Amino acid sequence: MSNRSSEHYVAPIEDANVEVDALKLKERKSNLWLDAWRDLRRRPLFYAAVAMVLLVTVMALWPTLFTDVPPNSDCSLSNSNGGAVAGHPMGFTRQGCDIYARVVWGARTSLAVGVLVVAITAVIGIPMGAIAGFFGGKIDSFLSRIGDIFFSIPYFLAAVVVMSVLSDLRSVWTIALAIGGFAWASLARILRAEILQVKNSDYIMASEAVGRGRMSTLMRHALPNSLTPVIVTLTIALGAAIVAEATLSFLGVGLGDTVMSWGNDISKAQTSIRTAPMSLVWPSLALTLTVLAFIVLGELIRDALDPKARARR
Amino acid sequence: MLTYILRRVLQAIPVFFGTTFLIYFMVFAMPGDPIAGLFGDKTPNPAVADALRAQFNLDQPFIMQYLLYMKDFFTGNLGVTFSGQQVSDVLARAFPVTLKLVLMAVVLEFILSVVIGLISGLRKGKFFDNISLVVALVLSSVPVFVAMFVAQYFVGIKWGLAPVTVGADTTWGAMFLPAAVIALTVYVTGMRLMRGSVIESRQADYVRTAYAKGLTHKRIVPVHIARNSLIPVITNTAASFGALIAGTTVTEGIFNIPGIGQVLYQAITQSEVPTVVTFVTILTVIYVIVNILVDLLYAVLDPRIRYV
Repeated sequence: MSNRSSEHYVAPIEDANVEVDALKLKERKSNLWLDAWRDLRRRPLFYAAVAMVLLVTVMALWPTLFTDVPPNSDCSLSNSNGGAVAGHPMGFTRQGCDIYARVVWGARTSLAVGVLVVAITAVIGIPMGAIAGFFGGKIDSFLSRIGDIFFSIPYFLAAVVVMSVLSDLRSVWTIALAIGGFAWASLARILRAEILQVKNSDYIMASEAVGRGRMSTLMRHALPNSLTPVIVTLTIALGAAIVAEATLSFLGVGLGDTVMSWGNDISKAQTSIRTAPMSLVWPSLALTLTVLAFIVLGELIRDALDPKARARR
Repeated sequence: MLTYILRRVLQAIPVFFGTTFLIYFMVFAMPGDPIAGLFGDKTPNPAVADALRAQFNLDQPFIMQYLLYMKDFFTGNLGVTFSGQQVSDVLARAFPVTLKLVLMAVVLEFILSVVIGLISGLRKGKFFDNISLVVALVLSSVPVFVAMFVAQYFVGIKWGLAPVTVGADTTWGAMFLPAAVIALTVYVTGMRLMRGSVIESRQADYVRTAYAKGLTHKRIVPVHIARNSLIPVITNTAASFGALIAGTTVTEGIFNIPGIGQVLYQAITQSEVPTVVTFVTILTVIYVIVNILVDLLYAVLDPRIRYV
């Protein structure tokens, strides 16, 4: 026992001149989200996209802030396809309704469908992808096969069938269910792949080593660390859902005629494309700019959250 | 390779039955009389209703209905459209037209992706790169039907450069405008892939070696950089092929192109639901088959996939 200290030299504590790195308090805090935010803050396109999203949101919530003209009841055929006059900056539709008012009121439908589709996609897609990826094995095979089936029906075609069959029940809810009920499969795929990568990290092992249950590890650690692609996918899905609603309405299997929707208005304007193109142009422009804002936002977030992509710029 | 093909085809069988079952289920498991549902607001002609009842075997239990429907599907007995034509005849006439349109669109998409992606990648962060991203994002956000109207209005009506609608004249030239519009709305993904892989391969060792041994920029760009960046673009283009075939409904409807999409477009706008269901099923089956072929193409292009 006594000669042990001669075998292993143990430095007396006061001899060892251990230099502890001074805590780098002055250095800026850094994590994925902070880095992404710093990156986004420098990009003018980001502000443009956010401004557009805010504008459409305010328009959808409080349309009367933008126009006093009632979009539906104040139509007069004597104004049919009329040009812009004072108080009616975009002119009139074929039915003599004010285009500007219809564009403003149409925002509500598009945004409602977009938000509902994203909610449905998230509610089905996140559990399906997360559980399949995290638990693996038979559960994964089972859930992934179900996902494959939904993934293999182009969701626009599926929505066409659902909306054709449910011709009596056309509302924002059914159209959102018809789109979201099939669009979740690609989100589930993306999340599953991400969870598979995260699953083998040390912190997941550590979490289970200290006795946290599987489910709780998934909720507390695996899922929050896999959310980046989910956020990007959902932002872009919102834009895509708005397009899908407009296209379904355009085909006549979307929302009923009485509902104000950009897709409905474009569909009605197409018959007079040669004589009065403007009643086609304004709702199309509103639709395109809204979708563009969501897609640009999604792409910028994707870029900002991916250090490799930042290096490529 | 053979085992890979076999495995991939076997995997597709449950997907095939799953998708067709799901579509069938959505239509025929709805509460109420499905035949009345198929007619929507219209009152069905009793003779037509009886014919539909027989065609969909509605006197049998649900699962038998589906199986009998599938048996008909496989034996080529696809039923008739609302206007009384055999679906198989319509398909034989319309499918080549759709295929021609999509083929042209895919080729144009590939050219746009490669050329613009290559220039963007070589001029990373410069003016062209930034502008090309903005342009591509704007084009990809324009809903297809809006894009088609814009093209129709300017190119067709105002400038008179192309026929406003295609009609029976399905030559390559007549379908160039719709194909080009499709390509313009979808090329952004391929372009970004090309740009990314050009940027990566520019820093690769083999490119530095090529410069070091004195090769000129003129030779390195096409031979060393472009060629090695092509694989992701090729696979992406191939993957868009199936989606485009399934997605020509609006394009063919607006440009009056007599392909599958137009048959579906007319059925949708005239609420002929049985025809809608038949053609959605057919398009889904085509989509599944095309995606298998694309997967096999991946395996040919990239040997690593075969051994996973």
